[in-house]
Amino acid sequence: MVLKEFIQMKRDRVTFAMMVGIPLLQLMMFGFAINSDPRHLPTALRCADQGPFARTFIQAMRTSDYFVIVRETAAEAETQRLLQLGDVQFVINIPVDFSHQLLRGERPTVLIEADATDPAATGPALAAVNALAGSVFNHDLPGPLARLQGKAGPVDFEIHAQYNPENITQYNVVPGLMGVVLTMTMVIITALAITRERERGTMENLLATPVRPFEVIVGKILPYIAVGYIQVTLILVAARFVFNVPMVGSLLLLYVVALLFIGANLAVGITFSTLAKNQLQAVQMAFFFFLPSILLSGFMFPFRGMPDWAQAVGSCLPNTHFLRIVRGILLKGNGLAEITPELWPLLLFLAVAMTIGVKRYRQTLD
Amino acid sequence: MSATDLVIDVTGVTKRFGDKTVVNAIDLSVRRGEIYGFLGPNGSGKTTFIRMLCGLLTPDAGTGTCLGYDVLTQQAEIKCQVGYMTQRFSYYEDLSIRENLDFIARIYAVPDRAAAVERSLVRLGLQNRSRQLAGQLSGGWKQRLALAACLIHSPKLLLLDEPTAGVDPKARREFWDEIHQLAADGLTVLITTHYMDEAERCHRLAYLAYGNLLTRGTLAEVLAAAKLSTWTVTGPALLELAAALRGRPGVEQVVAFGNTLHVSGRDAAKLEAAIAACRDPRHEWTRARSSLEDVFISLMDGAKDNFA
Repeated sequence: MVLKEFIQMKRDRVTFAMMVGIPLLQLMMFGFAINSDPRHLPTALRCADQGPFARTFIQAMRTSDYFVIVRETAAEAETQRLLQLGDVQFVINIPVDFSHQLLRGERPTVLIEADATDPAATGPALAAVNALAGSVFNHDLPGPLARLQGKAGPVDFEIHAQYNPENITQYNVVPGLMGVVLTMTMVIITALAITRERERGTMENLLATPVRPFEVIVGKILPYIAVGYIQVTLILVAARFVFNVPMVGSLLLLYVVALLFIGANLAVGITFSTLAKNQLQAVQMAFFFFLPSILLSGFMFPFRGMPDWAQAVGSCLPNTHFLRIVRGILLKGNGLAEITPELWPLLLFLAVAMTIGVKRYRQTLD
Repeated sequence: MSATDLVIDVTGVTKRFGDKTVVNAIDLSVRRGEIYGFLGPNGSGKTTFIRMLCGLLTPDAGTGTCLGYDVLTQQAEIKCQVGYMTQRFSYYEDLSIRENLDFIARIYAVPDRAAAVERSLVRLGLQNRSRQLAGQLSGGWKQRLALAACLIHSPKLLLLDEPTAGVDPKARREFWDEIHQLAADGLTVLITTHYMDEAERCHRLAYLAYGNLLTRGTLAEVLAAAKLSTWTVTGPALLELAAALRGRPGVEQVVAFGNTLHVSGRDAAKLEAAIAACRDPRHEWTRARSSLEDVFISLMDGAKDNFA
């Protein structure tokens, strides 16, 4: 019996490869890609003070690992837009008479606006900035000014955790779950769809009929789009009434975008289905796709905490973009204009997956 | 006979899988309304050939038409007018009988679908069980359902791949009665089988072994072309006699059928010489008509030699 199992395992090359591949994939992702202390977060700076202390402060921010100042601007509208688009994680506002107030010992207030949709991404950085302020000016406050050193810190920080002021993790996780649930069910269901026909012998019959590949694939996809919408609705209802997740944006827009995302996942499933020789292989392939979709998409761990290669992989996954869209719509109230940058990768993915699926689907048994 | 009377007309059809030639340059013509039997041992290329006719496989070489359409380029047109019954039951076990028929009727865009499904159920005699799941049917009923399903779009050509494997003799006989009725109505049927009694019910036959077409024609033609002489012998100690006969020049087959022994060979003179050498007054020898089975086994042995 044991011998027979080993022989069968050896014959099923794909399963064998997956047995080795999945642990390797997990090792790579958990070992290298995941980082719960994200650094180098993009930050916009709105500095209204030209004094020496402001410069010192900015310099200190730059040298810390946590912030990378990607934009300096004076316009508040622009910083708000950057936050909304998710292009920056923080906006640091230094008030007009920062240096003067500091000298007078008036503890000037630096306003830090954070995109707190993902509390895990902003938390460590905000902790770091407090520590920074206590020591940064020590060098610049010699002699009589030394009285300003130490204490509670010469500067006050006011932190606006936007979109999620109470840093409630559920606000981030529950909308994200929508993408994860859809990825899991949609890919597996369709990955099995054609494989099952082949395994049960009904494929031969189907191929002998005049039905076209496109019709088969569309026919396989359409019912599951309905299933996907039921799932979306379930999650939204639970998010609203069980977890009290705010819903700022347009649900209609969300439903429209969900169609793209569901379609993309179904197309991936169909492609797997044309590649897999049996149902087991199809499930394994779906799993292979599912793992990075959870781990590298920014669902479980902050996207910006990952190394560049992992971010690159993550950017190829539809879930990454869908997560941003869902969080953007629900928490930030983003409209079509704000989500467009995440929309076209979804579209591209859908087109590529669909093309491969239709091309791979064979109309003959050759 | 005009060309339009030929429902299947192909020449040189060849299929290779890797370096193995599964179907080797086969020519075949089948007339309208004919029941054409396709025989041959397992793995002889029968299924592959049928799959090429209905567009499931693309031939590597060869030309020809099926229902007037080119087998290489007009597979889509062919599919619309062919009913193909696969070797393995290939309808949906988790759909009911009616749902299966309805699905197939939709796929073929059958006009007045509801009526077509109903007619099909009536002919099957399954109106009362139409809600039963196909998976719960016995082998014989599955086969009848499969036949009904591949007839629902009124095809002009029926390709049946071992339709009666594992079906009891009575159901088989009824099945063949129906096939004959369909052929009388003008449907052309190409059918593969391992049963010799079924082969004898075909209008014409072809015998395939290792991808080569060894013989074809009506039953009488096939028997005559084989030039096989057969003797039967009855009497005591047949086992010893069989052992003595085997291996003698001219003796190709020695087969026991109950209390008689069939001895056959292609060279009548040599065979008689061999028999003369083993004659025993206790045995009664009679010259017999060669059966189809004798002929096919003889052909198969010959084919093996060619391959070795």
